[in-house]
Amino acid sequence: MSPAELPHEDRDMGALPRLLAGIPTSGALSLAGHRAQHGEMPVFEGRKRRVESPLIELLDTSGLRGRGGGGFPAGAKLRAVAGARGRAIVLVNGAEGEPASFKDRTLLQALPHLVLDGAELAARAVGAEEIMIGVCDTASEALAEVRGALDERAREPSREPLRARLVTVPNRYIAGQESALVNHVGGGPALPTFTPPLPFERGVRERPTLVANVETLAHVALIARHGADWFRELGVASQPGSALVTLTGAELGYPGVYEIEIGSPISALLDAAGGIETQPRAILVGGYAGAWVDGALLRGVALSDEHLAPYGASLGAGVIVLLSTETCPVAELARLTCWLAAQSARQCGPCLFGLDAIATTVEQLMLGSAGRDAQQRLAGLGSVVRGRGACSHPDGAVRMVASGLEVFSDELADHAHHGPCAACERPSELPRPRPVAKGTGPSAGRGRSGAAARELVGAR
Amino acid sequence: MSVLAPTLAAAGGSTKLYWYLTRSTGTVALLLLTGSLVLGVVDVQRLSSPRWPRFVVDGLHRNLSLLALVFLLLHILTAVLDSFAPISLTAAIVPFDSSYRPLWLGLGAIAFDLMLGLILTSALRRRIGHAGWRATHWLAYACWPIALLHTLGTGSDVKSAWLLALSIACLALVLGAVLTRVLSGWSAAELRSRLGALGGAAAFALGLLLWLPSGPLGSEWARRSGTPTSLLPHNSAGSQTGSAR
Amino acid sequence: MSARAPSAHATSHRLRVNPIACEAHGMCAELLPERIALDEWGYPVLDDQPLSGKLLAHAQRAAQACPTFALLVQRRGE
Repeated sequence: MSPAELPHEDRDMGALPRLLAGIPTSGALSLAGHRAQHGEMPVFEGRKRRVESPLIELLDTSGLRGRGGGGFPAGAKLRAVAGARGRAIVLVNGAEGEPASFKDRTLLQALPHLVLDGAELAARAVGAEEIMIGVCDTASEALAEVRGALDERAREPSREPLRARLVTVPNRYIAGQESALVNHVGGGPALPTFTPPLPFERGVRERPTLVANVETLAHVALIARHGADWFRELGVASQPGSALVTLTGAELGYPGVYEIEIGSPISALLDAAGGIETQPRAILVGGYAGAWVDGALLRGVALSDEHLAPYGASLGAGVIVLLSTETCPVAELARLTCWLAAQSARQCGPCLFGLDAIATTVEQLMLGSAGRDAQQRLAGLGSVVRGRGACSHPDGAVRMVASGLEVFSDELADHAHHGPCAACERPSELPRPRPVAKGTGPSAGRGRSGAAARELVGAR
Repeated sequence: MSVLAPTLAAAGGSTKLYWYLTRSTGTVALLLLTGSLVLGVVDVQRLSSPRWPRFVVDGLHRNLSLLALVFLLLHILTAVLDSFAPISLTAAIVPFDSSYRPLWLGLGAIAFDLMLGLILTSALRRRIGHAGWRATHWLAYACWPIALLHTLGTGSDVKSAWLLALSIACLALVLGAVLTRVLSGWSAAELRSRLGALGGAAAFALGLLLWLPSGPLGSEWARRSGTPTSLLPHNSAGSQTGSAR
Repeated sequence: MSARAPSAHATSHRLRVNPIACEAHGMCAELLPERIALDEWGYPVLDDQPLSGKLLAHAQRAAQACPTFALLVQRRGE
């Protein structure tokens, strides 16, 4: 069964796919198609002087958490913005600076109306009259489709039209950070700022700003239609619902964006992606600043924060990268660490110098030229760097390195004694500027992949 | 006060006290300004030792500047009160407004204005922000040479050895400070501006030394610098230190 | 901001540093060594214990001395 033959008339939205239901194989789902799939956008009472919009409580009950990596409860966020002084603005975060993630641009490219519905619903709930949609400047298809979707909506008569504007965001990892995005949209550089005040209080143009991830808003659009109980039918109690993940890896049959039930075992996801022949050496979960999980533990890994916590990992931005046994994990660790160090905004000393020192030490570990106490030094650097930047970039890098040191301890010992191994020379399996294998094929809830994925990844 | 008032009047009457005060406070102000600039460079270069921690260098720099301002104000006040030369209060602030050596006094006014600006912007640093403050504080490098030119052009003691020695010593200190600043390591982007600064400082020092003999140290400087004719000594060849104005 | 159990020093103050503004001048560590140490690159590492009485006065002096206004003395709960 090819993606084009997926049942569209399945209105029982209990099972998957939810977000990805009706996703077209090319182009975007039109407004008419979107309405046919999901029905009209519901109307909620907007923000009033002392009465909160009922949408906010609905989101509270649903337990929806942000899907940009932060995981902040959506209802609480909207409440905070609605309660702040001044007229709010909604800022849709489609920057997606994470190289191994393409779920957000997939949504924007293929299902823009779902995201725009969510943005509009959130805007009315917080009393905003303006929506800004931040999209990475290299995601040309997503930009085009969102523009098209905005035009479509502009042609429809609406109760109270909201001003919606597309803003391009530089293709940098740090540009998707909340305060960096607000900074950029406000005319400044795409670099994090010192908080407080947090954007919910004072963001773009000093106004309370709801910065919401693309996928989060897509969920809002569906929760508004089907309710909190429906949302909670899937997932786990602490983290209900479904989520989009971006699955990549060298030996994968069908890498791409998938919609999963939160808490489902990773093996189910891998099966849906065509299965894997050999057990991976490790899995990077959450993002490039996420955590490594040993491949041997694969069967026991389930995809929710709760289940991943014992491994020191979290679902984060839904990135799952498989590392095969062919590549050298120490070399990959070194590459990743160097990359994260290079992504520093270079505004805060501990991040700038600390990540640099960490990257150098990891490189030395790979080359076998590190001293005896290198791992100790790394632990010390980690504790000195953590929490001392203006944003959590250094914290993520430290976490990723710490988990790598643990999971790859055997290979590290090997490198310490013998220096670089033959596999160090191999090209990296990690999606940075490098195409991912084309993937097609059936499964429930899969998203764009293949050609689209290649274009997106190659664009970095 | 009862003793002071007649003394001030008498002093004013004799026109000597204020003249001495204005020269001395002016000299001290120049010394303090030099010290402040040198410490400013030590500060920005982050030089410190256990005996000279950073906060001491920084605090001393600020305090010397304030002290310099105090002496500057005394210098201006006594110059205005001195009835010999017609220097009004406005002439101290508005450049080139006086009839007494307008150019050289005017330079003093400029230096004073810059000094005020430096101190005000530093006091209001929280409001104007760090970047804004940094931009204006560069003017310190303009203030000092102007103050020195004023000293040499307006001052009555320029031909005396002690003032010349002090001036040259201050110049050497400031050149040393500038050299330290410029040579402290730069990036490719800064190369041009740093070398420019070095060149400018060298050109200033050289130009000054070349100018001195034919300028303030030359003959009839009082007349050439714009002293009103009525104040000039009758024997125009006079170049004695201190006795005639 | 981490959750914190209510302490006896509920109204006391705490130190924060704006890491973007900080340029590692190090004056704060000189003026408040009881609560501020410098890491290997010269940037301040803050001790999160409460500030009281005399130490608060020193902390405020340290905050004023900072050339870039990076050091902040705030009431707990801000």
